[in-house]
Amino acid sequence: MSGGSDGTLRRTLSALRHDPPAVAGTVVLLLLLVVGVAGRWLAPAGVNDVDVDQMLRPPSLDHPFGTDELGRDVLSRVLVAARVSLEVGLVSVGIALLVGVTVGLLAGWYRGWVDNVLMRGMDVLFAFPVLLLAVAIVAVLGPGLVTAMVAIGVVYTPIFARVTRAGVLSVREQVFVRAAVSIGASDARIIRRHVLPNIAAPLIVQTSLSLAFAILSEAALSFLGLGVQPPDPAWGRMLYDGRGFVTEAWWLGVFPGAAIFLTVLAFNLVGDALRDVLDPRQLTVSEANRSRA
Amino acid sequence: MSTGPSHAAGEPLAELDDLRVWFPAGGGVQVRAVDGVSLTVRRGETLGLVGESGSGKSTTGLALLRLVDPTSGHVRVGGRDVTRWSRRRLRGLRRRVAMVFQDPQASLDPRRTIGASVAEPLVVHRLVDSAQARGRRVAELLELVGLRADLAGRHPHELSGGQRQRVGIARALAGEPDLIVLDEPIASLDLSVQAQIMNLLRALQRDLGLTYLFIAHDLAAVEHMSDRIAVMYLGRIVETGTPAQLYRQPAHPYTAALLSAVPVADPKVERRRRRIILSGDVPSPVDPPGGCRFRTRCPQARPDCVEVDPVLVEVAAGQRAACLYAGEAVRAMRGGPA
Repeated sequence: MSGGSDGTLRRTLSALRHDPPAVAGTVVLLLLLVVGVAGRWLAPAGVNDVDVDQMLRPPSLDHPFGTDELGRDVLSRVLVAARVSLEVGLVSVGIALLVGVTVGLLAGWYRGWVDNVLMRGMDVLFAFPVLLLAVAIVAVLGPGLVTAMVAIGVVYTPIFARVTRAGVLSVREQVFVRAAVSIGASDARIIRRHVLPNIAAPLIVQTSLSLAFAILSEAALSFLGLGVQPPDPAWGRMLYDGRGFVTEAWWLGVFPGAAIFLTVLAFNLVGDALRDVLDPRQLTVSEANRSRA
Repeated sequence: MSTGPSHAAGEPLAELDDLRVWFPAGGGVQVRAVDGVSLTVRRGETLGLVGESGSGKSTTGLALLRLVDPTSGHVRVGGRDVTRWSRRRLRGLRRRVAMVFQDPQASLDPRRTIGASVAEPLVVHRLVDSAQARGRRVAELLELVGLRADLAGRHPHELSGGQRQRVGIARALAGEPDLIVLDEPIASLDLSVQAQIMNLLRALQRDLGLTYLFIAHDLAAVEHMSDRIAVMYLGRIVETGTPAQLYRQPAHPYTAALLSAVPVADPKVERRRRRIILSGDVPSPVDPPGGCRFRTRCPQARPDCVEVDPVLVEVAAGQRAACLYAGEAVRAMRGGPA
């Protein structure tokens, strides 16, 4: 076991500090957070300031990321779109976490028919390719930001259900759980106080990795025109709009594409580092660092 | 029905009546972990329950707390039949019957502090009404088991094995139970620590008037602690009696074999004594032998033993054995030709 809860956070942070990719990932995520919150004010121009005299201008001092076919400032649009990506990522993963963990807890704790019904349902969702399922859900609910969030949330729910169920199945056999039953603790109390804290580590890791995939999925949905609706900027939508000018105006695709790439990479780096550090099989932080070297 | 010896004065606190606990083992077969056990734990006594691993002794202890569901038979606690009680209803019972587990490391949640673990019964049964009262009670309990009160803020991995088991005992005491099931409480501890924990358990019993069901895998562990001992083999009780009776005059060949495995501290006696080595493994509890269950390993097995499944019969006042040739077989093993 990785030790007590008060020491775990400190140790995790100290281990991450000695891990250059994790530090880089964290820095990018912090920047992204700042841009997500304050993008509207950081942007040098309005996102929908059309200027027909400035159409398809390459990057310059006035427009560091160039302008699009309507003369809008690409940098401003990329900055403002960060908020959409973050929102969709957080809300959809939040939905997946809430529903998935609940399903996994019930399935793993009660087993039997509860387990069968819930997990077979999850298997059905899991069987579809991610994007196909998301597209199908959006097709039913109608395109838009909120439905994209719901669709991505549904798509990532089974992963959380599985991770949670696997953890519950192993923790519920531990003697300390039997001890809690012998004391007379209720199921709700045992799940809340004993099971959840002991499966938190894999869930934290899964959350950080899923954020990356959720943002990628949002970009894909927006690219397909099923996410954020124009004229609101979204990275995936900007890629779609720029694809027609890929030979004459490379900046239309490269900058939103790089934003997606950096965001996903940062979440992945942090997620990987967390996985190594929080792995309960690693006894100490120094061992975790050694094995990663 | 089992009736204990008359010298144990207390009223029956917990009773098992022809209890069976069978577990499905896949392929339609059943593991008969406990297969017809009757025993009575009387208020204020220590009942030692002894057997090899796989004898069903731990399952018997768990069944007493209804931590496993009986296949048939009855569990009575404080005169009430709790065999069919729902989990919700059992929660009240679980204040009166507590358990101490073999592995103190595994029985404490690694993510919770010592204080939180000890306080859990207090919280669950709403025995304290404020955080301050809870803290005071936890400190009291820790001191009761010989630990410093400031350990409450530590986590299990910061403690030694002996300290952890003291925490396990403190937690068991928190609800002020009448009966504590001790499931091999010293088996996974260092030898030097074992004696300390035994002394602690004895002192607590004396001071708090506790009743113990003490589960162990060898007779030596329970001899000095128990008022009565029950020996289990393959899901059945094969002999019961006082420690003195079992040591001086075991009536069942299995008890005699267990005793002969206990080394004697006196080298002269140790050299002279005859050891009874049982051959073979314990048969599978999926398909126990017909007739007497011990016959496949009994040095004195006779043709009848295949046919007749022996029941517990009184061989002396308060001593009962389940052997067709109770007493006689043991005399033959000990005195007869080698």
